[in-house]
Parts: sequence; structure tokens; C-alpha cells
Amino acid sequence: MAIAVQPQMPRVWRLETKPHKFCPGCGHGIVLKALGEAIDALGIQERTIFGCDIGCSLLSWDFFNLDTVQTHHGRTTPVLVGIKRARPELVVVSYMGDGGAYAIGAQHLVSSAARNDLVTIIVVNNTVYAMTGGQMAPTTLPGQKTETTPYGRDAGLTGRPILGPELVAAIAPPGAYVARGSIANIVQLKNFIQKGLQNQVEGRGIAFIEALSSCPTNWHTNAAATWRFVEEEMTAYFPIGEFRTPDEKPSGRLREVPPRGL
Amino acid sequence: MATRPITGEERAFMTGNEVVAWAALAAGADIMYGYPITPQNEIMHYWTRMAPKYGRGFLQTEDEISAGFATVGGVLAGKRAFTATAGPGNVLMQEAMAMAEMMRLPTVVVVTQRGGPSTATVIYSQQELNLTCFGGNGEGLRIVYSPSSHDELFLYTIKAFNSAWKYRFPTFVLGDGYQSKMREPVTIFDPETRGITMEPCRPMVGLPGLPGEEREPAHLRNTYNLEEELYEVLMKAIKAYDSVAPQVMEWDVYAVDDAELLIIAHGVVSRAARAAVAVLRERGYKAGYFRPITLRPFPAEPLRPLAGRARHILVVESAYGQLKRQVQAGLYGISTPVTGYLRPGMGITLEEIVEFVHEKELI
Repeated sequence: MAIAVQPQMPRVWRLETKPHKFCPGCGHGIVLKALGEAIDALGIQERTIFGCDIGCSLLSWDFFNLDTVQTHHGRTTPVLVGIKRARPELVVVSYMGDGGAYAIGAQHLVSSAARNDLVTIIVVNNTVYAMTGGQMAPTTLPGQKTETTPYGRDAGLTGRPILGPELVAAIAPPGAYVARGSIANIVQLKNFIQKGLQNQVEGRGIAFIEALSSCPTNWHTNAAATWRFVEEEMTAYFPIGEFRTPDEKPSGRLREVPPRGL
Repeated sequence: MATRPITGEERAFMTGNEVVAWAALAAGADIMYGYPITPQNEIMHYWTRMAPKYGRGFLQTEDEISAGFATVGGVLAGKRAFTATAGPGNVLMQEAMAMAEMMRLPTVVVVTQRGGPSTATVIYSQQELNLTCFGGNGEGLRIVYSPSSHDELFLYTIKAFNSAWKYRFPTFVLGDGYQSKMREPVTIFDPETRGITMEPCRPMVGLPGLPGEEREPAHLRNTYNLEEELYEVLMKAIKAYDSVAPQVMEWDVYAVDDAELLIIAHGVVSRAARAAVAVLRERGYKAGYFRPITLRPFPAEPLRPLAGRARHILVVESAYGQLKRQVQAGLYGISTPVTGYLRPGMGITLEEIVEFVHEKELI
């Protein structure tokens, strides 16, 4: 007798909105599942506010049994900072793509990191602007073809891909948690996201997690080529791991400056 | 910690920015998100000095875009959140206010108009009327108050919070640089002593109960896939706006019953206009005065019969026809000629208005 195996879905999964609206092969579903499992594990469903950006991430506006706000491109973090400052007991998750984080919303990311805002920011990096039809993103790899770099991205003309976690790790004060995971390792990704949420729950500082993800629709790749691009090419440029944990001091030449009154 | 910043009534001599900060405190505003721009800075200066004494919050954001969106967040969280800005900052804030308009969020923004376009002057103008009433991508479903004195600045800042939370449209107090910086006598008061009850706030996210099990989760969005879907949402909001407009509209008149010349102005300019009408009356001319206090919704209905009876209408404003266009649109079909005394970014005195009336032989 055949046994039907039902995949285990997070408790916060909202069945009414499934199957979800992302393209086949998209990584958003995996990242969101990891987030859902992390919320379940911490038991914070009742007080978590999920915010999503414009771009593909907006398709998650009714994804969970969580209070959710869909905002403008790049503006999710300020909205959630506004919520968090008004209601510190809530746990806020700012969910966006690489464009929202590193291009149009870069000033918000930099300033939130500098302020060590108590938010958990999750950035899905798929190296393209996907919803608008596959244009170059801040994370497009050198040589990668997109709709606005049809001959391949020329880093001499358009710059090199932005390393988000490295940027945040360099500027965030002590207490921050910064990591980069990948949809190719969901267990590790969930672990990073859970630590990021825990960091906020404990009031230690900002949490920033980038998730390497896939976009076969705009990459024009089949399953094998999609996976190879994520696991090999993206990972070669965007290293996986933890960049900051709340216990360690910022790296580089940063040093503690004691507060001084005027 | 003290909770009531003002008990009863107090007479004071203060700047408009100080008045706004006191009014926000008296109104029970919970948190301000702000970014410095002249001439509104002292609103933040006074707020940051007084707010901690009454358990209120403040965050200085990285720009006006962030201040606007953080205000949206504070309102979503169920708090009386507000911000203040001017000129190019008002331009940046329109993005967040468009979201507030779409989602019917009771945001409050105090705008202290400065000269424009672009950076222009930091002093004064009435050139942010179009922007504040219609600045977003949308239909301008907002409430915009234009106070003319410090007493009104206090009253309408309190009222802005109440109208925002009662009607759930983004609400603006459209002040200006002169109001911000000048001192004049003002009576500040605890709203309760005047019988004003503050509208209760309610959170739109972070409600009690386990979402999906004990209650429906709040799924708030401003994006729509289908034109029919968007049309339905918009028409519901437009209908709601139109139905509350008669209750929201406010205006002021003086010497209009037999007026042959009707002078129309808003904000501080209306004080010169009213004084000009008094001078013209002393000289035996039948002049009258009409002032829209709400620029959006615009009080066209009460204006129409007065305009129909007058032989001439003069719109006086420190902008190049922003109010005049609202007046003309509101008076469509009425043949009374409309002249403008239009001085973008300039202050206007009563003598100038009287002189203009005689020079153009409007009466």
C-alpha cells in the first residue's frame, strides 16, 4: 500500500493562499518556508509583523498567517522601523529583493544598520530585477546577461555587484547579526534566519540575512542550469556564512568609542 | 511621568513651530518621525525637548522618504504618529502619503511651506498647495487645513489628528514659513477643557490573538493585479471621501452679504485680504472676504452663491494661481470674472491688495 507523504509545512503557512504565486523554480518559496519554520521554532507568530517590498517579494503579501504590510519599492524597512519604534514588543521582518535593499532602498538599509534598528531584514538575492522583466540588479554578476545588459554586465561601466552582508557587517554596531545563506542549503538558511529573529527578540541589534536565490524565468535556465548558477557562480562571488554574530566586535579597524557628552 | 502637558488654558507668546509642538503634545500624539528642513525644524526641536517628559517618542530618520514611511508604520501600529516637512521634503514625502492615501492611513503631516520650486528660499510661500492637495500618484483623497493664525495653528493641528483618525484619510496642516517663525499671542489649551474628545486610535497590525487561528491575519497591500479590483477599492474610497467632504469642509467669510468684490485668500495672506476688505469698506466700497480653511476638500458649495452675487472676484495668493485654479474649478459655470493678485513666494500686505483693487478698477 502506498503511503502518502505530506510535506511538513510551517504552522504560519496560510493554506488558503497556496499554491503560492511565484514562478516555478523561484527561490522565494524556499526562503519563506525557512522564515516560517524559524517563526514556528521561536513561537512568535502572534507578535510578528511581516513587511514586503514591491517586486516579486510583494507576492508574499498574504503568504502567512501573520499580520502583513506590503509597501513601496525599497521602503519596507522604514515602515517596519516606524512600527517597531511605536510598538517595541512586536517582532518585525522586512522582506525584500536585492533592488529594494541595495539600490532604491540603500539609504534605508545603511541608516538602519548604523542605528542598529531592532528589525530583521531578509534580502532575496537572485541577481536580477525579476518582476519588471529581468533588468540588471545591483547584484548582477560581471558578464551576466540581463535585459539592460544584453551583452553581459560590464563591471567597468556599471560597477561590481554589491556585497550586502559585507556592507552591513562593516557598519553595524556591536550586537548586530549578519549572515548570507542560500536556498541550496535550507537547513542552514533557516538557522541563520532564526538567529536573526532571536537577535531582535533579545533586543541586541539589527539582523540582516541575505539569501542566494533563483530566477529561472529571467535567467532563461532549466533546472540543472538554475541550480548550477546558484550553487557555483553565485556562491563564488557571494560567500556563504555568518559575517557578524552579536557577541563579536566589528571587524576591521573599527574600535569602541566611549560616549562623550558635550 | 506627567501625561497632560497643558491643564486648562494658558496664554503664551510663541512661534508657530512651538505652537505645533505644543498642539501635538496636547492632542496626545505618541511619536514623531522627522527629518530636518527649514522652516519646520523647531517643531522637532521643541518636540524633542518636551516629548520625553510625557512619554512620547521621536526618531530622526535618514530622509523625508523614511520619515513619511516610518509615520505610516507608526499609524499602522495604532499610534498617533506625525511628521513635519517643507518644500523639497514635501516632494519626497508624497511617496509615503500616496501609500497612506491608498490604504486609508490616518497620517498627519505639518507642512511649513517655503519658496519653490526646488530648493528656492527657506522663508515663505504658498506654492505647496498643489503638491499637498494632489501630490501623490492618485486622486488627492486627503484633508488639507490652511490655518491663518497661531490660535488656528494650535486648533487645526489638534483637529488634524482627529480628522485623520475619524475619516481615515492622510491629513495635512498647510502652514508656511511666516507662521513657523513669527511670534504672536496664542491661547493653548487642553482639548478636553474645550469639549474636544480625541478620536481613539486602533492598530491595523499587531492585534491580539493568534492570526489564522483565533483571528484573521491583517493582510494589507497597496498593489492590485486587476483593473476591476483596483477600481472597486478606489471607488469605495472616493465615495467615502465625497460623503464626508461636507462635514470636513471649513471656510470663513467677512462682509459678504452685499459684496460686489469678493476677495479670496488662504493662510496668512487671508489676514491681509481681510484687512484690505475692512479698509475698502471704510472707504465705502462693497468688498467682502472668503477664506477656504480646508483646501481639500475645497469648499466650493458655500462659495458659489457668494461668487454668483459678486461683480468681481479677486484671488490673492503667494503662488502663481494654485488657489485661483481651485476657485475657478469650483465656480465652473458662474460668469463672474476672476482676477488674480499672484505673487509667488512673496509676502502680501493689505496696502498692496487695496492698491491693486483700485489700479485694476475692480470695484
